[in-house]
Amino acid sequence: MGIFTALKFRIERRKRQIRAIRKRRELTPVANRTAQIGPDAILAFLTIRNEKPRLPYFLDYYRALGVDHFLFVDNGSTDGGAEYLADQPDVSLWHTDAWYRESRFGTDWLNWLKFRYGHGHWTLTLDPDEFLVYPFCDTRPLPALCGWLDQSDIRTFGTLLLDLYPRGPLSAQTYREGDNPFEQAPWFDAANYTITKNHKYGNLWIQGGPRARAYFEDAPHEAPSLNKIPLVKWDRKFTYVSSTHMLLPRGLNRVYDEAGGEKATGCLLHAKFLDTLEDKAAEEVTRRQHFARGREYDAYYRKDAGEDGLGHHIQNASTAGNGLKRLALCQRVIGHERWLCYDGPRRPRPRRRCCTPPCRTGLPGGHSRRQTYQ
Amino acid sequence: MVIHVDKRTSDAAFFDLVARVSGVANIHLAPRIACDWGTWSLVEASRSASAYLLARAPMVRHVQLISGACLPIRPVPELVAYLDAHPDTDFIESVTTKDVTWTKGGLSEERFTLTFPFAWKRQRRLFDIWVEVQRRLGRARRAPEGLTPHMGSQWWCLTRETLERILADPNGPSYDRYFSRVWIPDEGYYATLVRRHARKIESRSLTLSKFDFQGKPHLFYDDHLAMLQTAPAFFVRKIWPGSRKLYGAFLGGLPVQQPATPRATDVDRTFDAAITRRTRGRAGLNMTGRFPNERFEGAGTAAPYAVFHGFDEIYRDFPSWTAKALGATTHGHLFAPEGVEFSDVSRDFAGGLTAAPRLRDYNPDAFLANLLRTTTPDYQTFLFAARDQQAITDFLARDAHATIAVISGTWALPLMRTGQPAQVLRRQAARLQQREVRFLELLRERRTRARVQIWNLAEVVETPAAPLRAVLNDHSVPGANALTVMPGLRDMGGLVAFLQDLRNMGMNPHTAGPVFAETRPQVRLSAQERG
Repeated sequence: MGIFTALKFRIERRKRQIRAIRKRRELTPVANRTAQIGPDAILAFLTIRNEKPRLPYFLDYYRALGVDHFLFVDNGSTDGGAEYLADQPDVSLWHTDAWYRESRFGTDWLNWLKFRYGHGHWTLTLDPDEFLVYPFCDTRPLPALCGWLDQSDIRTFGTLLLDLYPRGPLSAQTYREGDNPFEQAPWFDAANYTITKNHKYGNLWIQGGPRARAYFEDAPHEAPSLNKIPLVKWDRKFTYVSSTHMLLPRGLNRVYDEAGGEKATGCLLHAKFLDTLEDKAAEEVTRRQHFARGREYDAYYRKDAGEDGLGHHIQNASTAGNGLKRLALCQRVIGHERWLCYDGPRRPRPRRRCCTPPCRTGLPGGHSRRQTYQ
Repeated sequence: MVIHVDKRTSDAAFFDLVARVSGVANIHLAPRIACDWGTWSLVEASRSASAYLLARAPMVRHVQLISGACLPIRPVPELVAYLDAHPDTDFIESVTTKDVTWTKGGLSEERFTLTFPFAWKRQRRLFDIWVEVQRRLGRARRAPEGLTPHMGSQWWCLTRETLERILADPNGPSYDRYFSRVWIPDEGYYATLVRRHARKIESRSLTLSKFDFQGKPHLFYDDHLAMLQTAPAFFVRKIWPGSRKLYGAFLGGLPVQQPATPRATDVDRTFDAAITRRTRGRAGLNMTGRFPNERFEGAGTAAPYAVFHGFDEIYRDFPSWTAKALGATTHGHLFAPEGVEFSDVSRDFAGGLTAAPRLRDYNPDAFLANLLRTTTPDYQTFLFAARDQQAITDFLARDAHATIAVISGTWALPLMRTGQPAQVLRRQAARLQQREVRFLELLRERRTRARVQIWNLAEVVETPAAPLRAVLNDHSVPGANALTVMPGLRDMGGLVAFLQDLRNMGMNPHTAGPVFAETRPQVRLSAQERG
């Protein structure tokens, strides 16, 4: 790397930091309990907006895993979520009514909070629908993982954002506060992920999964990124570039091995596909505060409205027995021997591959792209 | 028992320990020395603590060095009985530098021939520069008279006699001068000196420890309990401090299960597998933690598979024949422009792969790697043709798992069967042939790692059974049915005329070869081949 490239990236990093520091003015403290943070505390940073039903399970999950303190930015919730969080003993809460988009989807706000409170700590930067799992997470809590990373001189821990979804239409089940979301949405795609390397920042760009398959089959390059680096031993010099997909300095993005070996990685189980998504999509389509002006939400909204809606589409794929596996032991895609097994979903009989006869009649119309070759 | 506490430990923690052990008669606290990882200070600490212990406990016969991250995994009476049975034996791993396989970072012999004034953990750059300078200068320190450098685990168990002789060695000061400048002296000092003083060395450590590929010690957690209970050692390190179950089981006075047979292999196998996975990984698995770059020499896919180029244009119902003959999952044209033709006619396939052509063409390499990864251990085959998406050809040619059988010139057959005049098809024919030529060139390159067999159309028309025989010989997949039936040939009437027409139009269908006669209607096998 030439000296000019290095300088260019340094300037970019500094700019982002200055931007984050300036954005601190948009945050008003509601409950600041950061004095409780001990020297070895593991911290979690989140931005939320109207996500109250998800919060109780989220907090319980991460408390059990070993997170010591949560730092939330509330972006104008109106559902009582902020009040709920302000009452929690291990939560610090800031409030803002500024635009999510102008803060680069919350990245600036959280960069500031990490700059201020995260230095020297292991930090998790999450969304309220993301649940971290990693090898042996059923017997080794987060402090064990962080201790191992420390001892191995590793500063970042990479994950795949794994979309989980229910078998039927989203609206068939109702998610209630405190429920384990994966009881309703225990299915995931095992092996349809594509990876390219982002040569600018050195991170992997992973796409695929049910969202690419159901919503972006005609424009795969627009499918959402699934590579995330949520767990970082934070230093004041670090900054996230875009959501938690990549960081600066670029060395932090090297969570993968290029010589054929496998580095230890985890998964963020993504509980997005619940019945709550349908309301959210409707709201976001008008609000336009998400990445690329909520292009993704447009797709959800459009698809949901039509005949080939999300639930419908995925339901058919699953009932035809196409090897979409339940959350269970699955080494193939993510490459781990062991998985956290939730109380909810029972482990089904392991199914190697498609073996049920195809159910042609169940296929939705308009999909006769199958032509005999000749 | 003597405890040495690092001088860098906070006073509060130290006095807390003092308060806790002050009531226990047989626990002493040794003089504190400030310790740095991999430096002479560690030897000084263990040496002074040993001297302190030997002076205060005259009845001690063996001394075992353990650390705060160790745990005893067998009951102490068992250890006592074992040492009683071996009163003169020193248990210390001690091997010459030439025979050591576990040093990491390229420093094995150089540990003893260079000097290392800089702390590896804190002054890495200076450390590296200084090593490089010494290498360039060809520096080679010599060991003091009478010493042959040995190395081994620093967690030893020595007899009183050996330890006393080491401490009282008349050449002590010169040894100290030498060892205080070698790299990681705690792994060399005792291992070397026992060779001079011990009566009987058993070169192994009673402390079980495992190291990762970078030489960092593996930690043990609660889920290792069963494995450790049957491990053939008396101590283990390192234990993660939060492993309550391990501390409870091994220090809580719980009855320790008697292992039926010592199973060293359990621990070894598990941790060796972890190292292999970290360094070599699983073939064909690209994921968050593994993405081999273009210089990677290994296979790009998880398992062997076969590609048949043009076979379905010659033989009738070729996929079902291969399915029977090879016991394989046989796909149609996976890379057909209209969509993926999975073996299964349902829309989607294993792992959430769909038939959507754009998703596949977005990253064809990943598509194929995913397909093979998710279908192992079943053998996969698929059809290919000049008409298919060609973006995958590079990947196929460079994948050592691919077996590619090609019948060149087969692009002509589907064109001929459309029944349209050569005039209309000429441009299309030229384009398809060009694609085929590019594919063949790729397969003939030196860097091609796939197994390749090529016939041209003329040869196949002449002896239609030849490619099939080769396929059967090449892909003798276990479980394949004994073959008695060869597939029928598709109608190739008019081929000679069609090719001639193309020539007349000014195009040279050279990949087809010299086709002069139309084929015999039925392929026959000799009695021998029928088996």
